[in-house]
Amino acid sequence: MHNIVIIGNGISGITTARHVRKLSDHKITVISAETDHFFSRTALMYIYMGHMKYEHTKPYEDWFWEKNRIDLKRAFVEKVDTDGKTLHFSDGETMGYDKLVIATGSKPNKFGWPGQDLEGVQGLYSYQDLETMEANTKNLSRAVIVGGGLIGIEMAEMLRSRNIPVTFLVREESFWDNVLPYGESQMINRHIKEHHIDLRLATELKEIISDENGRVKAVITGTGETIQCEFVGLTVGVSPNIGLLKGSGIETKRGVLVDPFLKTNIDNVYALGDCAEFLEPNGERKSIEQVWYTGRMMGEALARTLCDKPTKYEPGHWFNSAKFLDIEYQTYGWVWAKAKDNENDFYWEHKNGKICLRLRWEKSTGKLLGVNNLGFRLRHHAFDKWFKEGRTVDYVLEHLKDANFDPELYKTYEAEIIAQFNRENGKNIQLKKKSWKRILDFVS
Amino acid sequence: MSTTEPNLSISNPHPEDTDVIQKVALVVACFGVLILLAAWANVALDAAIFMPIAIISMIGGTTVYGARSYLKQPEGIKNNGVWHFSLTSRGAFAWAVGILLTGFYILLYWFPGYVGFVQSGENQGLVALFDPLSMAIKGRPASQWFMYGTLYTIAILALGMKFIFKYRHNRYQLIRTISVMIAQLVFAYTIPEILAALNYNDVTTTAGEYAGYYDADIKNVWPLDYDFFYSYHLDAMQEEAYQPVGMIYLIAGMALFLVGTPVLTYLIGKRWYCSWVCGCGGLAETAGDPFRHLSSKKLGAWKLERWLIHSVMIFVFVMTAVTLYGYFTGTSSVFGLDIYSKFQKPYGFFIGAIFSGIIGVGFYPMLGNRVWCRFGCPMAGYMGIIQRFKSKFRITTNGGQCISCGNCSTYCEQGIDVRAYAQKGQNIVRASCVGCGVCSAVCPRGVLKLENGPEEKRYDLPPIIIGNESVKISD
Ligand SMILES: Cc1cc2nc3c(=O)[nH]c(=O)nc-3n(C[C@H](O)[C@H](O)[C@H](O)COP(=O)(O)OP(=O)(O)OC[C@H]3O[C@@H](n4cnc5c(N)ncnc54)[C@H](O)[C@@H]3O)c2cc1C
Ligand code: SF4
Ligand code: SF4
Repeated sequence: MHNIVIIGNGISGITTARHVRKLSDHKITVISAETDHFFSRTALMYIYMGHMKYEHTKPYEDWFWEKNRIDLKRAFVEKVDTDGKTLHFSDGETMGYDKLVIATGSKPNKFGWPGQDLEGVQGLYSYQDLETMEANTKNLSRAVIVGGGLIGIEMAEMLRSRNIPVTFLVREESFWDNVLPYGESQMINRHIKEHHIDLRLATELKEIISDENGRVKAVITGTGETIQCEFVGLTVGVSPNIGLLKGSGIETKRGVLVDPFLKTNIDNVYALGDCAEFLEPNGERKSIEQVWYTGRMMGEALARTLCDKPTKYEPGHWFNSAKFLDIEYQTYGWVWAKAKDNENDFYWEHKNGKICLRLRWEKSTGKLLGVNNLGFRLRHHAFDKWFKEGRTVDYVLEHLKDANFDPELYKTYEAEIIAQFNRENGKNIQLKKKSWKRILDFVS
Repeated sequence: MSTTEPNLSISNPHPEDTDVIQKVALVVACFGVLILLAAWANVALDAAIFMPIAIISMIGGTTVYGARSYLKQPEGIKNNGVWHFSLTSRGAFAWAVGILLTGFYILLYWFPGYVGFVQSGENQGLVALFDPLSMAIKGRPASQWFMYGTLYTIAILALGMKFIFKYRHNRYQLIRTISVMIAQLVFAYTIPEILAALNYNDVTTTAGEYAGYYDADIKNVWPLDYDFFYSYHLDAMQEEAYQPVGMIYLIAGMALFLVGTPVLTYLIGKRWYCSWVCGCGGLAETAGDPFRHLSSKKLGAWKLERWLIHSVMIFVFVMTAVTLYGYFTGTSSVFGLDIYSKFQKPYGFFIGAIFSGIIGVGFYPMLGNRVWCRFGCPMAGYMGIIQRFKSKFRITTNGGQCISCGNCSTYCEQGIDVRAYAQKGQNIVRASCVGCGVCSAVCPRGVLKLENGPEEKRYDLPPIIIGNESVKISD
């Protein structure tokens, strides 16, 4: 029986712990400075908006941990001594380990703007950030958000839920256009404005101005415009939270460097989730993967390695999802902001301007490479299977009804989509009826 | 975190947003309620004038308020502030409403005199307000039950309209809500009153002889309608003066229980009843909607639920069996136990009145809108067993897309921990799910789909969530 110690009680650390428990009898300790129990970081916004309370964001009831013999410790790890296999906490205590798992997540980026440390200026990552935001957003005349990514738009939605006027500074020409292709990105621009958010595209932050009490009172943009505000949300990405590893001998670059087994350069020390950086990226994936799903998958793999079944992290086909205000977004496979030279592209948009579908496929073979769907839902299992089987775009469109995941009684769009595809590509694809037999075959 | 700001609104819009039209609509709706209270307090009102004004203001005001509030916002999920508002987060306002509702039920059941019902003589107070309507439909003064049925129907219609605007982007919710509204208005309210008006029910002959009464809400099926097999009820349905309608109700009632319910539940789940036609469900889904997140998701609550609902079911089966035994043998006791005082009366008192009425509705603002449906209703228990073991209905989970946010579990009125399944990639097959579809609506990642499919692979628990090739199924 080993003594496994995990730093970080986010999805990565907790998935590791749960699966180690399923597979073994090892002693497991999970340490976090943030909260006593695992909660869903992705749900922070809903607490602020009053959809849920903190307790609802905890995926397991509090008795779960003791019942599964997962020890929880609320403490901040200041230093890791890999020679003595000991952790040093900020209160001076120490703890030994046989195997160490680093799952410390991320911290919000700051790019050295003048005034970035003023009161009323903050990022949104942790539970404490949310508490700060709660305190910082009372009686505002305006809030400014800097950075047009997923957390930026969430923060805008949060503030709008309380009727706070929001100006949203986005450096890019169009919202999230380094990820979203033109049509999708334009759709979200429109939707942001529909929510009465003052969207400023191609606008950078230059400076944050203080009032006489050290609190933000305005920002100055790259064009020299001054915008009065009492709150600034900095949402310009996150980077690995690895300060505690200084001097530990564990190799780091931007994140903790790991091999495919999530092992660091030091024996019996592993890292995963947002804080890990792969020496060799997996295929088209980034070397640091900062999403919920990848943290979970890494945890599933690492638990096996920890239980003497060495297992590489081998993610399957890429998928992701988000929600931009009221518009849901799902993606399967790879859809780049701009189609690559060897790719063909198809884009359909509903006349209401809030529903769309994009497909990308290989020119030479017709094989589907990726799909973006906004405003309607598609079945994960369908696309996963179709990618594995190397299905062509024609095949996928023919069977599109099998993949529809919208609630029952919803209007469907397959016929319209295929008509447009046939028109544009000189094809004559016929839509097949939904088949339960094929749908059940996806799941096996 | 202390984010509770006292706020009396029951829907999303922040008070700052409330415009003139909304305010006027709200005042109109409140005026309707005020008329009820004034009538109750025996203020001298001309019922023939004020009763229609009250009904129109309550339905009209709520409809305009809902339309105005939601239509000026983009369509989407409207749960902002639910846990901040006093009414929807067990604040002082919630307690006040809860106490008022509970008090109303107590008077209605046991002290109808206090709501104005006068057995022989002229009604007073609240009941008297509805005399003109009752006179117009069936030519006799209102009873406390007529008053209650009318208010119940108004609540479903008015707050159903609000729900429709709130969920206008979701066709499942839209059609389902229209269905519960029609079911209440037509089957539970209008048809029974018309039958009485046409002398097919509840008739006193010119000779002064009472011909009996049966429940003419056809969709109120035994065992929810627990007195269906009571002798007075069976006799009334066979009463000559009521034929052929009475017999139709007798046969339909039994056929619905024995054939309709199992077949429909097999095909589409118990939702066909619970969230599409049932009267209790209808009120829960409309008037009760602002309280759906208050149901307990704890494992302990699930244990209590299974224990309680099945006990009630056994109770109603035994009580009914004994009742039928008494009916066919003509005795009034079994094994020396009096059928009325030892079986029927306790069931009516504890289950029929206290559980389904007082706790079921009176406690909406404390325990959520489906306490009766989840913990008590024997009809739900019966269908739940079918749904769990022999049905095509399930909620399919969309592969690996769940982010464990908890919206689904929070807004499940039946207290099902939907997330516990979704985050494992497992389908949800649960006896208690009433198929309201709200978990699927509030999920921000498109993870949940209510559907009816082959029973094969209905319960599948994947060995690993899809998207991860690290772990092969073979090992
Ligand atoms: C607002 C927001 C919304 C998001 N929405 C989505 C989404 O919709 N979909 C998606 O895929 N991803 C989303 N993400 C990203 C996703 O939440 C992260 O990728 C994921 O939570 C990372 O998990 P993790 O376990 O690696 O790290 P974390 O969840 O960050 O957990 C690390 C834990 O370790 C603790 N810790 C760190 N250092 C120490 C120390 N020295 N001592 C003690 N404890 C320490 C931290 O306090 C923290 O609790 C979102 C992120 C945010 C902030
Ligand atoms: S599981 Fe979903 S559909 Fe079923 S009762 Fe709960 S919220 Fe409604
Ligand atoms: S609402 Fe959706 S994403 Fe959130 S926990 Fe439920 S299934 Fe998962």
